[in-house]
Amino acid sequence: MMWFFLLSDAFTFSSLLIAYGALRFSAYAWPSAALVFQSVPGLIEHGAPLVFVGLMTFILIMSSVTMVLAVEAGHRNARKEVIGWMIATVIGGLMFLGCQALEWNHLHSEGFWWSSIPTSPEKLQEFFAVGVPYAAQAASAHQFANLFFTITGFHGFHVFTGVVINIIITVNVLLGTYEKRGSYLMIEKVGLYWHFVDLVWVFVFTFFYLV
Amino acid sequence: MSSHATDTHAEHGEEHESMTKGKIWKVFFILLGITCVEFIIALILVPKGIIPGHIANPLYIVLTLFKAFYIIAYFMHLKFEKTGLIISIVVPVLFIIGLILVLTNESHHWITLRG
Repeated sequence: MMWFFLLSDAFTFSSLLIAYGALRFSAYAWPSAALVFQSVPGLIEHGAPLVFVGLMTFILIMSSVTMVLAVEAGHRNARKEVIGWMIATVIGGLMFLGCQALEWNHLHSEGFWWSSIPTSPEKLQEFFAVGVPYAAQAASAHQFANLFFTITGFHGFHVFTGVVINIIITVNVLLGTYEKRGSYLMIEKVGLYWHFVDLVWVFVFTFFYLV
Repeated sequence: MSSHATDTHAEHGEEHESMTKGKIWKVFFILLGITCVEFIIALILVPKGIIPGHIANPLYIVLTLFKAFYIIAYFMHLKFEKTGLIISIVVPVLFIIGLILVLTNESHHWITLRG
């Protein structure tokens, strides 16, 4: 059943990403990813494109690995190892959410938010290639801001629910629920959800930060 | 995978061929490697003009699909599931890809409509 839930969730995400692609390809100009995402919040203000999001991607892939390792330990009914890997996965998820909060906060401090863009034309020009007319900048910056916060927000919400579910499962492992049941199948099911969250991020990362 | 034939006949509740630790790390390094290649393209090859942007974009998408394949097939162990499940998951996803291709093509015409 988890597979079919994930398939329906994949439909939702792809409809969001398709809308993003259609709007972006039909726009006259688009904010340059290398100019919008060039800071590491708290450390480097300018000139470090993709570094922070690279870190976020690494954290999420890493937590996916710890999740598979938890599943693998579950197959061997090794309770202690399952606990260790599950806690590592929860920490990875929380780190990702923390990074995303910093990223959002940074963009918000630049003036981006839902239906809100930097007010001064000079500030807005910082995110575009030279020579794009202001009207085109304003129009596509609005679309960019709305789509970015909606899609990463929806993904972040999935990460958040994933972390909550992982915590519940970890508590169940600590209480010995699956030990009594004799099977750690639940770990596999939440693992599927967690990998799906990672999978969606792979696409969000490509379409927002690379393309 | 040679394990496919054996795991479909395995006992109920134990139908998943488990990933060994070595395999897990191998997949992890493949994912990490693909991400590094994407970074090299985005940070070095495109700014220096070795690869033009209109070639880099399809390249990113192909690399992303490779990553998606490794996550779904190995981490989500779809590769080791029953054929019926694999088909019922993969076919709808193919329709999504079709829709993406149709709509990106369509959106190119919207530019002219917008004037």
